[in-house]
Amino acid sequence: MTNNQKNETVQDETADAPEPKTTPLTDLHSDMGAKLVEFAGYQMPVQFPLGVLKEHLATREDAGLFDVSHMGQAWLTGANAALALEALVPGELQGLEPGQQRYTQLLNDEGGILDDLMVTRSDGIFGPEGLFLVVNAACKEQDFAHIAAHMPDDVTLEPIEDRALIAFQGPKAASLLAGLVPDIDTMPFMSMRHGIISGVSCLISRSGYTGEDGYEISLPEGDATSITSQLLTLSGVEAVGLGARDSLRLEAGLCLYGHDIDTTTSPIEAGLLWSIGKRRRIEGGFPGAERVQREIAEGPSRRRVGLRPDGRAPAREGTKILDMDGNPIGVITSGGFSPTLGGPIAMGYVETGFHTAGTKIQLFLRGKTLPAEICKMPFVPQRYYRG
Amino acid sequence: MSTTKYSVEHEWVALDGDIATVGITKFAQEQLGDVVFVELPEVGAQVAQGGDAGVVESVKAASEVYSPLTGEVVEINEDLETAPELVNSDPDGEGWFFKIRVEDMSEYEDLMSADDYAKFCKEQD
Repeated sequence: MTNNQKNETVQDETADAPEPKTTPLTDLHSDMGAKLVEFAGYQMPVQFPLGVLKEHLATREDAGLFDVSHMGQAWLTGANAALALEALVPGELQGLEPGQQRYTQLLNDEGGILDDLMVTRSDGIFGPEGLFLVVNAACKEQDFAHIAAHMPDDVTLEPIEDRALIAFQGPKAASLLAGLVPDIDTMPFMSMRHGIISGVSCLISRSGYTGEDGYEISLPEGDATSITSQLLTLSGVEAVGLGARDSLRLEAGLCLYGHDIDTTTSPIEAGLLWSIGKRRRIEGGFPGAERVQREIAEGPSRRRVGLRPDGRAPAREGTKILDMDGNPIGVITSGGFSPTLGGPIAMGYVETGFHTAGTKIQLFLRGKTLPAEICKMPFVPQRYYRG
Repeated sequence: MSTTKYSVEHEWVALDGDIATVGITKFAQEQLGDVVFVELPEVGAQVAQGGDAGVVESVKAASEVYSPLTGEVVEINEDLETAPELVNSDPDGEGWFFKIRVEDMSEYEDLMSADDYAKFCKEQD
């Protein structure tokens, strides 16, 4: 029995690879009996003894706690930080209110995606005048170099190396965290504020990568173990690894960088038009604006879609998508088993014209064709806090 | 009565006459995690030692199943179609995969004993 298809989120170790880095929570994961794998140069828990399936369902039903300290955190300081960063991303950043958070993408000159990131206006609320950034672990070094190289003299990128990042996700996360941080359960979705958990000063945002209500908490690395351990003692809270993080985000229809989006895909092809502000669509002024504006006007030639394969066999990344006559029309970029739905789900790109929900298509799986249907995403309804 | 032997691909093989029952070991299912789908060969199919004989998928990933012996598939565990979790809950029993009519007994004789397999797993862990 041989693992021939790589885990969605986990890369192979190679013999001459450098020693993987640890996070402030690696020892805690080991003590808890987690199965550790190398991901983006870090030793990360892929699952805890509970297992992917139950960790996934616990997050949907109660609350899950994730270590995401491998992700890149940084301050972008200066009064003109939002204006300066807009030169690299299509998101509307100048209009962000202090504490307000937004999802956007770093684009290359061809309108391809270098990375996706979360941007929060920090000034006067919880940090220096400017922006707080969170980028993907695998991209952080090149992202930070790219951003730093393109900032004017009065804007400075300061990577944050001494803070952990944990995600606390699920329908019970708000009420449980409110027991420790008063009023945290009424803070708006996609906002960030300062909060004190057991005497530790934390940056708490109401956001996540599971489709559930929840928080991401940035905290000093020296306090990460005690705060995480404390949250894990709360009723219904389970430690969750990268395996379930991947299946949760797939059910929520959220893109995984390097799989569903990369340097060849544009935000329009990826269905991320919603993340581009009206002013930016008209004015442009970001890398690849020409392609993005053309695709907005004329429609892209391919589109990211959701897929439901018939039967029970999961269709994984790389599976070819065919029309009913057997002609290739696209490829799956993320696919697996949905614990919530109890069946296979996938996302991928198809030629425009085949992208409408309900369109019958075929998947080419292990030498056979398997019927499937294009469907709307998310696969499982998002349950973000809407006040 | 049958004696159970083991392959380097983490399958167990229980022989009864010339019929070998094949499944994956407790160690293998622990490594895989929650099994959500099993694809088995068709009854009547000819499988070769080391050749493809199916796929077992967890939430995370797909893994090939290789036949530990050469022969004809005479029976498959149809319960796995609707209850793949049997591979986790009872890998040595109700979670069996398929039965083969063995062609070459020396292939079976060359598989690992339970003691050798336990040592083999220890080295892998």
